[in-house]
Amino acid sequence: MEQQNTATAHHVLPLSLYFTVAGVLFVLTGITVAISFVHFGEFNIIVAMLIATVKASLVALYFMHLKYDNKLFMAVFLSSLIFLGLFLTLTMTDTMHRGDIDPIKEHPIKKEAVFYNK
Amino acid sequence: MSVATTANYLNEEKGLKSWLFTLDHKRIGMMYLFAVMIAFFLGGVFAILIRLELLNPGQDFFTADTYNQLFTLHGAVMIFLFIIPAIPAALGNFVLPLMLGAKDVAFPRLNLASFYIYVVGALFALYSIVAGAVDTGWTFYTPYSTTTSTSVISMTLGAFILGFSSIFTGVNFIATIHKLRAPGMTWFKMPLMVWALYATSIIQVLATPVLGITLLLLIIERTIGIGIFDPAMGGDPVLFQHFFWFYSHPAVYIMILPGMGIISELVATFSKKKIFGYKLIAYSSLGIALISFLVWGHHMFTSGQSEFSSMVFSFLTFFVGIPSGIKMFNWLATMYKGRITFEAPMLYTIAFMFLFAIGGLTGIMLGAISIDIHMHDTYFVVAHFHYTMMGGTVIAFLGGMHYWWPKIWGRMYSEKWARVAWALIFVGFNVTFFTQFFLGSQGMPRRYYNYLDQYQPLHMYSTYGSWMLGVGFLIMAYYLIYSIYKGPKAPNNPWGGLTMEWQTTSPPIQHNFEEQPVLEHEPYDYDTRMVVNDQLIKKEDVKEKENINV
Amino acid sequence: MEHAEKKPSYLQHHFADMEQQTDAAKLGMWVFLVTEVLLFGGLFGFYTFYRAWYPEMFMEAHKYLDVAMGTTNTFVLITSSLTMALAIRAMQLGKKKQTIAYLAGTLFFAGVFLVIKYFEYSHKIELGMLPGKLYFFDGIQAANPHIFFSVYFTMTGLHGIHVLIGMTIIGWVMVRTMRDDFSPEYYNPIELTGLYWHLVDLIWIFLFPLLYLIG
Repeated sequence: MEQQNTATAHHVLPLSLYFTVAGVLFVLTGITVAISFVHFGEFNIIVAMLIATVKASLVALYFMHLKYDNKLFMAVFLSSLIFLGLFLTLTMTDTMHRGDIDPIKEHPIKKEAVFYNK
Repeated sequence: MSVATTANYLNEEKGLKSWLFTLDHKRIGMMYLFAVMIAFFLGGVFAILIRLELLNPGQDFFTADTYNQLFTLHGAVMIFLFIIPAIPAALGNFVLPLMLGAKDVAFPRLNLASFYIYVVGALFALYSIVAGAVDTGWTFYTPYSTTTSTSVISMTLGAFILGFSSIFTGVNFIATIHKLRAPGMTWFKMPLMVWALYATSIIQVLATPVLGITLLLLIIERTIGIGIFDPAMGGDPVLFQHFFWFYSHPAVYIMILPGMGIISELVATFSKKKIFGYKLIAYSSLGIALISFLVWGHHMFTSGQSEFSSMVFSFLTFFVGIPSGIKMFNWLATMYKGRITFEAPMLYTIAFMFLFAIGGLTGIMLGAISIDIHMHDTYFVVAHFHYTMMGGTVIAFLGGMHYWWPKIWGRMYSEKWARVAWALIFVGFNVTFFTQFFLGSQGMPRRYYNYLDQYQPLHMYSTYGSWMLGVGFLIMAYYLIYSIYKGPKAPNNPWGGLTMEWQTTSPPIQHNFEEQPVLEHEPYDYDTRMVVNDQLIKKEDVKEKENINV
Repeated sequence: MEHAEKKPSYLQHHFADMEQQTDAAKLGMWVFLVTEVLLFGGLFGFYTFYRAWYPEMFMEAHKYLDVAMGTTNTFVLITSSLTMALAIRAMQLGKKKQTIAYLAGTLFFAGVFLVIKYFEYSHKIELGMLPGKLYFFDGIQAANPHIFFSVYFTMTGLHGIHVLIGMTIIGWVMVRTMRDDFSPEYYNPIELTGLYWHLVDLIWIFLFPLLYLIG
């Protein structure tokens, strides 16, 4: 099964590995569907994203060969996720806090400030 | 000394088809240069017209609607068709493989494709100009951009396509820098221009796709009304600004980083001195690339975004000035006790440091929410970004163009006329834009074609400055084009540079180097190396042989 | 210049050897995939921000998506990823016919994916569950239900376009395989195609639970 290529020393993964990964992906898909029928409230999305991340990692590491290739490729790919995360997180500082200041604005101005004593 | 009529990349293959189907990075770079120069001219014409209208208050030449189109087109053309591609795709394409000691970029066909994609995008943008133009400002803010009847779709489609050109250039440069360095050229022996292009490419690759999806969503909003940015449909117009500026802020670093790379090259070469703090400058390029993604909300302090996010973005904005400051001090330290000569490229270098300092510092000022509340959408902002984009990037671009001109064409330009043009551009620029800091702090809003009488004197000076700028650029165009045909032949290494592009002929042969060059010295190693008669030699060899005091 | 070894026809002139060329090509493809992640990332942002603002509406509206069809499509796409990976492996072993068969299989499963999507879409279009201004379905109580479908159609639509692009590239690589362009020494284009196709799968792996399984 394992064959060394003269030119590029590419190593051939065994057939069983591919089918195992595919099998695990199928099982995880089933799990993620089944779990969605159980109500964990806020946690549903976290669980779903965790399972999706595991599935994605399997595809990336084995089908896309990231586990066996130059570590640079993994760094490149991960960086895209990090920057996407930055975009979502920093924008959420707006999304989640829009209008927060409105109740504060509704208070009358505090007249104790020295400014008003002139 | 020079290679007059020997074969080089310009004359080896002849005919239009050999240019249109070329895979040679040098020819592709030149085609880009030609295209961006046309774009710069077009954007400049719009600028002159804007300033003409603003010479006096009230309506002079244009209606308000036309004026809105003028500043929108000035911005869109200058940003998308000129400044984003200019240094990377025109100069960078030419110089990068040469500096690395490579025969071409990693993906020559992708390179040609990215040029043609640029052309297609430019055609869409130009079509938009004649088909009713756009009057939203180059920022396309919703809800106006989703409702105005002007040709928003063709312009945004053009920008979307241009984005792919930018992305492909970035992909190409990253692969080239990783894989095609000459033997002996480790990461920390690369020229700083290469570090700058690398950092720029990282930004291009990470940020441009978000612009792509933003414009796509805008187009879909205009066509079928998905409601993402429409408050009447539960959407949020401020969200457009988040999406838009997530690209457009890093984009300004796409503009300035290659310029800073050029300045690093010029400072070392024209001070004949090893660059101070090489690693710091290299890391600061990456630092700028990273931090640039964290600050976009400083364009949105008055947009209605949450005050909390304004505070977060303002805080992060102050950090982005640090790596730029590091570069500035390192360049000055390089010049200190150097053997400085003041040819045109060095004049542009000094101008850059002065002008970018002003631009950068006023940027930090604007990063403070309390100042920005008053200055947002005034001429203060306009002055700030012209000092950085024009006083920074364009000046660096001009410096780089003069520096590599002899390498590109094998001809020298007229140094005298170069200095005349430089003086006109430098003075003209300051007259045009320094006045605008005052206009802005006194309350003159941007994108207004009419104004109160009190602003008229400053507007008048600003317009006179724009005329000086125009004359300077026209002179430059004349002597540069003249030099291509009639300029004196250039030596291989007119400036005594130590980077690899100077070790080959001017202009270079088609495959760049006769033999694969090997890097044997530290970057900018003026301590131990010098250039005599176009040859790069070790100083100790010269000392021994001729007992010269070097 | 070395003239000792005959250089293969597929080695481009600016590369020193095939290893440098294939490494550069793979790096270029990974960098391109980064751009795709950020492109779709914008739409994941669209999803995130609007779900944060309208959580109950998302909960209610998503029930109208067909979980069975979505799940089937997930299995279909995973299978197509498997066949794609096996196609590359087949060419690593020099098995041309097997490579073509696996590539054809990938195309087949991609086609099935699109057919199922077609049924999903036409059902929604019929009922009026459309994006934005086109929306006219009555059954959802929560405010602004069209936003969910705007998100749904833009995300799955852009994904579907990428499936089509992927199919075209796979078809082209299949033709090249039939023309004997590849061998165990040179199969880089199939690898690059595989990377692109796996990304299409990766995006669906996240799309599926976010849209169909909100819970």
